[in-house]
This record gives sequence, C-alpha cells and structure tokens, in this order.
Amino acid sequence: MTDPILAISGLTKVYSSGLKALDSVDLTIRPGEIFALLGPNGAGKTTLIGAVCGLVRPSGGTITAFGHDLARDWRKARARIGLVPQELATDMFEPVERAVAHSRGLFGLAPDPERIEEILRSLSLWDKRGERIMALSGGMKRRVLIAKALAHEPDLLFLDEPTAGVDVELRKGMWAIIDQMRARGVTIILTTHYIEEAEEMADRVGIIRKGKIIMVDDKDAMMARLGRTEAHITLARPLSELPPVLAAYPVELEEGGTSLCYRGGDGTGKGKAEVAAITKALIGAGIDYTGIDVRESSLEDIFVSLLGEDA
Amino acid sequence: MIAWRSTWSIYTRELSRFLRTAFQSVLAPVLTTALYFIVFGAAIGGRMPDLGGVQYGAFIIPGLLMLTLLGETTSNSSFGIYMPRFTGTIYELLSAPIGVAETLIGFVGAAMTKSLILAAIILVTARLFVDYSIAHPFLAVIYIMLVAAAFSLFGFILGIWADNFEKLGIIPLLFLTPLTFLGGTFYSIDMLPEPWDTIALFNPIVYLVSGLRWTFYGSSDVNIWVSFGITLAFLAVCVGVIAFIFKTGWRLRA
Repeated sequence: MTDPILAISGLTKVYSSGLKALDSVDLTIRPGEIFALLGPNGAGKTTLIGAVCGLVRPSGGTITAFGHDLARDWRKARARIGLVPQELATDMFEPVERAVAHSRGLFGLAPDPERIEEILRSLSLWDKRGERIMALSGGMKRRVLIAKALAHEPDLLFLDEPTAGVDVELRKGMWAIIDQMRARGVTIILTTHYIEEAEEMADRVGIIRKGKIIMVDDKDAMMARLGRTEAHITLARPLSELPPVLAAYPVELEEGGTSLCYRGGDGTGKGKAEVAAITKALIGAGIDYTGIDVRESSLEDIFVSLLGEDA
Repeated sequence: MIAWRSTWSIYTRELSRFLRTAFQSVLAPVLTTALYFIVFGAAIGGRMPDLGGVQYGAFIIPGLLMLTLLGETTSNSSFGIYMPRFTGTIYELLSAPIGVAETLIGFVGAAMTKSLILAAIILVTARLFVDYSIAHPFLAVIYIMLVAAAFSLFGFILGIWADNFEKLGIIPLLFLTPLTFLGGTFYSIDMLPEPWDTIALFNPIVYLVSGLRWTFYGSSDVNIWVSFGITLAFLAVCVGVIAFIFKTGWRLRA
C-alpha cells in the first residue's frame, strides 16, 4: 500500500472559549484520491482543514503531510498544499491574472506566465484575466480562488465547501473542474453540504460529528454496507398472506394486502436483482401486479441515518 | 532561510496597493505640508526669531517630516495587515510556506518604501516654500529609514491588535499625532518653561524629532546618539513583540 499523503493522528483542537472542535481525530489520505468530509454545521470540518493548512493551532496530536511533520517541517509541507476557503476572500481590487500570479509568488515559485495562462484557461477565466475580481460573478470569484490555490501547483488541495451558494449549473461545472484536477494527479479533500456532490465525486467518504470522525470508508463500500433497496409492488388483487415463493425474501404485505414491500440489498445491486427475482416468482405463482416502484438509498440516506438528528 | 520570492511577492503587492491609491496617498501629505508651511512658515514664521541660528520656516521641516512619516508609516503598515484580516484574505498568507521574516520584510519593507517616497515628496514641497540645506544627508536618510522601520513595525502590531476600524485609528489619532505636536515639531523644548521642558523629555517623539533635526542642522534639543539609541530600542521592542505574535499566533491563527 502506498504511503499516505496526509496522516493525522490524535488531532485535538480546543478553542479559548472551551469549545472542543476536534476530538482526537485520526485520518489518513491516500495519494490521488478525492476524499469527501461530510458533517453537519459546526462538526469541525473547517477546523480540521485549518489545522492542516496553518490557520488553526492544534491543541494536540500530530499532522504529517508528504512525510513532513507539520509542527517542524511546515515550510516543506505547506509548499505542496493548496486551500480554497469557504468564504469568497480575495483582494477585490486586484485584476484576476495578477492575483493568481501573486499567489504563485507567495509560495516561493518563480513567475510562470504560461502556467498561469494554462490555469486560467482551464477555469474559463482567461478572458477575464484583466478584470478586477470585484467585477466578477460569484461563480467566477470562486474559480479565481481555485486558480489562486492551483497557482503553486499543489499536490494536495483542500476545497472547503467549493459549491456553497452556487447554482446547480455552476455546481456541475465545478465538479468538472474537480475532475480535471483529479486527472492531473492532485489529491483533493473536499467538505460539502451537498451529499450528492460527495456521491458524485468522492472515492472515499469521512463523516465527522462533534469533532470526531465517526466513519471513514470507500464510498462504494459504504454504500454497499449501509445502502438499501426499497421496492413497492402494487398487486392487482389483494393477498391475505405472503405466498410461499417469497419466503426467502425480506418482503411484507402492506396497505391491506394490496402492496408488497421489499427492503433489502446492500447497495451493490443485490437489491435490484432480488426485486427482479421476486417479480418473476410472482408471475410464476400466478399473482398479477400493476406497478413497481424501486428506490436505491442514497449517500444522503446513509448520512442521515448515521447522524440522526444532527444531520 | 528566507524565501525571497515570497517576500518580493508581498512587497510588490503592497506597493501596488499604494499605487492604486497614489493620488490620495501623495496629494494628502503634499497638501497638508503645504498648508503647514503657509500657516507656520510664511504667516507666523515670518514674525518668529531664528531658533538655534535656523530660520523658523526651515526649523519646522524635520518636525513636519516626522509628523507625516509617523502617521503615514503607522497607518500604511497597520492597514497592510489589518485589511487581509478584515477581508479574510489572510488565509493565503497563513497557509503559505512563509514565516515572520518574509512577512515582516515584505510588509514593513513596502511601508518603509512608501514612507521614503513621501519623505522625498515633502522635502521637495518644503523647498517650494523655504530655503534649507541638510547638514548630514547620509545620516538623515539612515535616520528616516530607521524611524520608518520602527513605526512600520509598530503599525504592523497595531494592525494585528485592532479588531475593528475604530481601534485601528485610535492610536495614531489619540496618541501619535498629539505626541508629535507636543514633541517639538513647531518649537524647541528649550522654549518651554519648567516643569514642561522636563515633562517633554518623557515624550518619546521629542527624541525622534530632535534626532532628525540634528541631521538637518547639526544641533538639537537632545544628543543625537540618545535619539538613535531610543529609536533602535523602540525598533527592537517592536521586533520582539512581533516575534512573540508569530510564535503564539496571537490574533492571527485561531
């Protein structure tokens, strides 16, 4: 197994108010993956990112990035980390190209106009390069923040709520941008409120609640382990009891025997296959039906079930 | 090791911020200085006797220079660091692989550069109203740079300490400007009666004005080396405070 690009161990942050924002967090990030950190407001997502990026002073624990201990070799580690913050924080009076070039210089790299042009073009900002950031739309400003974060060619990029307040179309555009970054080999850690975003983009998902990581898993494995299929089969004629051919399946009669409800599967497709088998069994037993409604549980369902009221 | 490219990036950005508001940054001190010379140099100065063998209009030049220098340097530097904190863009600075040296050289260097430009402009403006010469030009430049560095650092601390615009303005307005006015800008402290001449010696600005005046005319209220010593001590204290701020992350990192 390859060495983790980021290893967090026992990370704790207690603010001066006494609030424990992070409670002994352990987390490892693999090179090249997209990791989605999910959690309700105030769960500690931004504090976790801040601790890695140097915005927050950890109260305890260790953070190792690229093999460098962030407490000692922070310069070497930070040089390879990029951050796109949640807030649209930019120098609004600065033209786009100069702002991005400044970010590159701030990280100690020599000017490289070709590289800046490439970044701006990839984010559809090249035509806006001479415009002041204040004149851009919200979506464009967020892209400028991404461009600034990419200017020093980071290997690890934090995207803190990259699509917050962005409309559906722009959100999908942002997903395409994240895909491009993944293709370039950038490891991405994103926090998001949109579970569908994590479902769409992430390789692995971590769920944080009240400063503690309560689950980290491959997205597909999590869906397989916790995902469910729910099917409602509307019967042509009501049944008084379950037919013996369905005894092997997790089904029950509902709505006065007019509907069969299946709840099962594991998110890997087993549920759909069983529903298909059930329909064949019904036909074989001469039981007619008039409709089927099948629904796979989403990552959001899993998220809500794990977090309960906090979600 | 200092990351010079990062330092240069901060420095040039701060200067570009200055140039963005060049009209206001340059015109305001020129206008203020011109008004001082018209009022104190021409209108009142004409009726004042020479002080230490120096014509009154020329006598006030170092004080006026110091008045502008302290105010502009402190506000340039404090705004330089306060605005990123206020707008949130400080995240970029904090997440970059740079430390106290790069940050200070970048911000303070830019504030010093702006101040030196302003000092030159004020001297040129003064020349339009008063005939003067500088006895120790090299030492004058060194002294101006030293004061600019010290008060850039002071402004930097102010910009980190302030958590609103009121606090940002209160120190220059309530302390720096009055102390400069009372620090011998328009008079020699020898002219003050007892006990005010002794009390005046507790005003640190007296030593700064006096030091600069010595580089101009070769005579001053206070020994030049005392002035240099106090300026250097103030600079050292500011460096120490900033080193502490960066080490602890006070008001910078949550």
